This record gives sequence, structure tokens and C-alpha cells, in this order.
Amino acid sequence: MAVDAPAAPAAQPGQTRRIRRPQWGTLLSATRTPRGAIGLGLASLVVLVAVVGPLVAPNSPDALVTLAFGKPSGEFPLGGDSLGRDVLSRVLDGGRALLVMATCATALGVAGGAAAGVSAAYLRGVSDGIIMRAVDVILSFPQLVFALLLLSLLGPKLWLITIAVGVSHGPQVARVLRSATLDLSERDFVKAAELQGMRPVKVMWKEILPNLVSPLMVEAGLRLTYSIVIIAGLAFLGFGQPPPAASWGTMINENRDGLSLDPWAVIVPALLIALLTIGTNTFTDAFARVAIGVDRRPDEAALIEDLSQGLGE
Amino acid sequence: MAVAAAPAQPAAAARAHPVARLIRRRLAIGVVTLFLVSVVVFLATEVLPGNAAYAILGHNATPVRVRALEVALHLNRGVLGQYWSWVSGLFTGNPGHSLVNGQPVWGYVEPRIINSAVLVFVVGAIGALAGVALGAVAALRKDGWLDHVTSVIALAVTSLPEFVVAIALVIVLSTVIWHVLPAVSLLAPGSYAWSQPELLVLPAATLVIVIVPYILRMMRAAMVEALESDYVEMARLKGVPEWRVVLVHALPNAIAPTIQVIGLNFLYLAGGVVVVEYVFNFPGIGQGLVSAVSDRDIPVIQFIVLVLAAFYVVMNIITDVIALLATPRRRIAR
Repeated sequence: MAVDAPAAPAAQPGQTRRIRRPQWGTLLSATRTPRGAIGLGLASLVVLVAVVGPLVAPNSPDALVTLAFGKPSGEFPLGGDSLGRDVLSRVLDGGRALLVMATCATALGVAGGAAAGVSAAYLRGVSDGIIMRAVDVILSFPQLVFALLLLSLLGPKLWLITIAVGVSHGPQVARVLRSATLDLSERDFVKAAELQGMRPVKVMWKEILPNLVSPLMVEAGLRLTYSIVIIAGLAFLGFGQPPPAASWGTMINENRDGLSLDPWAVIVPALLIALLTIGTNTFTDAFARVAIGVDRRPDEAALIEDLSQGLGE
Repeated sequence: MAVAAAPAQPAAAARAHPVARLIRRRLAIGVVTLFLVSVVVFLATEVLPGNAAYAILGHNATPVRVRALEVALHLNRGVLGQYWSWVSGLFTGNPGHSLVNGQPVWGYVEPRIINSAVLVFVVGAIGALAGVALGAVAALRKDGWLDHVTSVIALAVTSLPEFVVAIALVIVLSTVIWHVLPAVSLLAPGSYAWSQPELLVLPAATLVIVIVPYILRMMRAAMVEALESDYVEMARLKGVPEWRVVLVHALPNAIAPTIQVIGLNFLYLAGGVVVVEYVFNFPGIGQGLVSAVSDRDIPVIQFIVLVLAAFYVVMNIITDVIALLATPRRRIAR
């Protein structure tokens, strides 16, 4: 699998040459694989709908213009929703917040998790112990349950949902990057930097992090998919933008009572969420195959590696 | 550390109870994690900005009502005192009273725990069997059409949110196309899931569809590795019949790593039940959590979150121990 990949971050131990090739080449070659092209195409299509949609929506998403669960007609191609609003206009309007929140939550989780994982592995000792215990504690909550716990007191504020989802990603990212850093920090170029008197923070930033770009990007892709799943799921459960705002997750829940009258009010938002997550996940899979050459998802691999390390002690 | 220490000790002492020692160590970590989890659950609902009583009643609540609620939630004591009264309540089987209807939390949650447990174990058992069987067949027919089809479907399904799978099943099986199964699992309050097994079908099917791809992928990878190994080659050269090679030589070795992924999927189910139970209105712990969060019923939220986290920690330990027992080379002290 992908042996001829242009950038292979897993260099041999003892090799001093740093691998700091720009990752854009890897991204580009991922888009040339069939999986990568399909994934990118699907995700771009949905992003296009979410971004351009509000500009071309024929009606106001909040206006009551047709019958509740009205059948699709020439004027309202997807029919009416539970209150008689135009489903097409609400679909076109309902993706932006999801995309923005998922992107921010992913950035937060990957940045925080990377900082924690790299420092735990590089600093070792007490820092490692404290960071990894904290990781264990957050990992003991299913991600959605963790988000619900935080939302239970402050109410479903959008910034709080974003932060809660970001924080719940942190531990998984930290685990993956910790095991990647453990290998790296024994390399000669890291030792050389240390001998030159470079401070630990600078070693991590200048020497270790640039060599972790590929696993970081794979993590970012996986976390983006999960962020979309969790944020759309919370909206579905009723913890999202307050009404009357349109969002795909909320629409599925609002309109499922009328499934036998106007199924499109449920099918179209569900399909858009599905295409988006299949797109991001498939592209991430293609990128992982090109960049790291793994067949197994890195989060599963790291978890299993972690388990065996814990047991081997 | 044990790795460095073991060779220094007499061989007999090091081999005394390596498995028991590992299990004890794992249990100790689990207890510490559970304690920290209880602190996090407690602090998340107590120390967040704003008094919980105001958060529940709204800012224009009368002082009398706020005071009464503060006493009900033990907010009038210090943080340590609050934590102590909560934890000691948990151990004496009294996790408090619901803020919404004043009923004991335990009476509300207990039937839900049992319903969810039934769901999780039905799903886990069917999912594990289906995943292992499909993964093994995909490995035997490596690069055949079945292998390609399952690999593409598995990638697509692992991307999907549970509620999208659930809604798709509702559309196909209970509303738009066919009407063969109930779209909601309406059970009388306090009754148990097995009294009407047909209500379990759709929630269970949703979760099985969600977990099978993960198990399938792992099983396929492990089975491919086993089939290409030297011992399988050896068995074939000795003239062992092919069915025996597959069932007796390859399969058991491929199942060992798959057990860990099956364990991970049980962990996933602790969160997965939340959305799926809500979709089908299945009276389990997840649906209870969602309605408690909507009502800001803090004692119920605290208790359900703690139960889910405890399940997570305990399942994690069980998975580790089974993996340990299923992999003989790890049993030897190193």
C-alpha cells in the first residue's frame, strides 16, 4: 500500500536527515487517488451548498410560506416543513453554522491535543504522568456525553458546544501524537539540538513538530469528521442554534413526524450530512494511505499500541 | 519500570503471578480514574460560573425558591461537604432526588439502566459475530468482489452519524417504503425491553450497522496476516485440510487482536446509545440523559453521566484483561 508515497515521515532510527518536505505535495497526490478525488468532490459539493446556499435561497428560511409538510410543488421543490416553511430555503441556509463550528472545534482539539501529546512524550516524567492521567479521565466520558455534561448548566450556547467538542477531541489527539513523539525524540537531530543548548519548548516547536505534520493532518481530518457528527448530533438532540434558525441536524428532528407526508424535509438534510462526513472521512483515508501508508485508522492503531504498552509494563 | 526490575529479581519470584499483578495494577488505575471522573462530574455541575440554583430557576427567581433549591442541592455547604454528601449518597444507594418531579433518582434510572444494558449486549453480541464472520470471509476472498464491496461500505458507514443510519432505517422499514417495524419504541414507563422484543429491533439494528464495519476491518486485517503466516504455510504443507487450516489454525489467532476492537466498540456503545435511544424514544439511560439535560435536572445528569463513565472504565479494564489472557506471550513476565 502506497509504498511509492512522496513523503514518508517514518524515517529509519538513527537517520539524521530531517524530513521537512512541504506537505502540499502529499495532499495533492491524495487528491489524485480515486478515493481522494471522490472524498474531496463530495465534501466540496456540500461545502458549496452551505456557502452559496444562503445567497440563492428563493425564500426566507423563517417565513411561513406553504402548508405544514406540504407536498413538493413547482414553487417549493422540497415541500414544506413542520411549520410550513420552505424546506429548500432552509436546507440552503442550514449548513454554515455546522461547518464553522466543526472547523473551530477541530482546530481547538487538534492544537490542544498536539500540545499535550508532544509535551507529555518529550518532557516525560511528572508532566507525562499528569497529562496522561488527565487524558484518561476525559477519555472515560463518551464524547457526546462529555459535551452534554458541559451544556447541561450553561445551556446550548454555540461557543460552548464548539469548546466542549474541541476539548473532547483533545485526549485522542494527544494519545496519537504522544506515541509518534516517543519515536522522534530519540532521533539524532533532536539530540543534536539539545546538545546545542536549545530550550525544550523550542526543540518541540522547531525540531519535533515539523516532522509530525502528516499524522497531525490525518488527525485533523478524522477529528473534522467526528466534529461534524457530534455537532450535527447535538443539533438533532435539540442542543444547537435556537429556533427558528435552520440547521440540518435540527431539521431532521423537527420534520421526522411528517416523514410519510413530505419525506424530503428529512431525506435532504440527512443526505447532506452523510455526504459531508463520507467525503471528509474518505479523503482522510486516502491521505493517510499516501502520507503514512497505514491501512488501519491511526486512532485505533494508537489505542491498541497504548493498550499493549500498558499491559507490557 | 517492571521491565527493568524483572531480570534483577529471582526468576521464580518474577513469574509468581505476573497476570495477577498486571490485573491488580490495571484495577488500581481504574479506581483512581473513577475517583477523578466523579470529581470532574461533580465540579462540572457545581463550579461553573453562576449558581446552579439560578441557572435552573432563571435570574428572576424569588429568593425563597432559590434558597429552597440551594438546600435541596446542598449548595449551602462548602464544596468538600457537597462532594462528600453526593458521593456518600451514591454508596448508600441514594443518589438524590430529581429536581423535576422530586422522585428518587435511582427509581427513575434503574429500569433505564437495565433496558440500555439489554440493548448494548444484544448489539455487542450480534455485532461481534457478524463482524468476525464477515471479516474472515473478506480475508479468505481477499481482493474478490465481496472484499471490495465490504471495504467501500465499511468506509462509508464508519463516516455516518448514528442518527442518519437510524433515520434511514425508519424511512425504509417503518414509514415511507415499508411499514414492517414500529418507528418508535413506546414502552410503558418502568417496563422492560424484553416484554416487547420487536421494539428492540430498529435501535439494535442501527447500532449493529454502526459497529460492524470497525470489527470487520480489524478481523480482515488480522485474518489476512494469519493466513500469510509461516504456521499456516506449515499446516498446508503437512496436508491439513483447508477448512481445518482456516478454522483451527488461522481463526483463533486472528480473533485475539479483534477482541480489543470489540471491546472498543462496547465503549463506543456507551455514547452511541444516547442518540439512538432518543431517535426511537427507547426508554434507556441515553434517552434519560437527553431529557434530563433539556430539563437541567442536575442530580439525574450527574448520576447518569457517572454510570456511563463507570461502564466505560470497567469495560476498558475487562478488554485489557481479556486481551492479556488471549495473547499468551504477554502473560510471561518480561
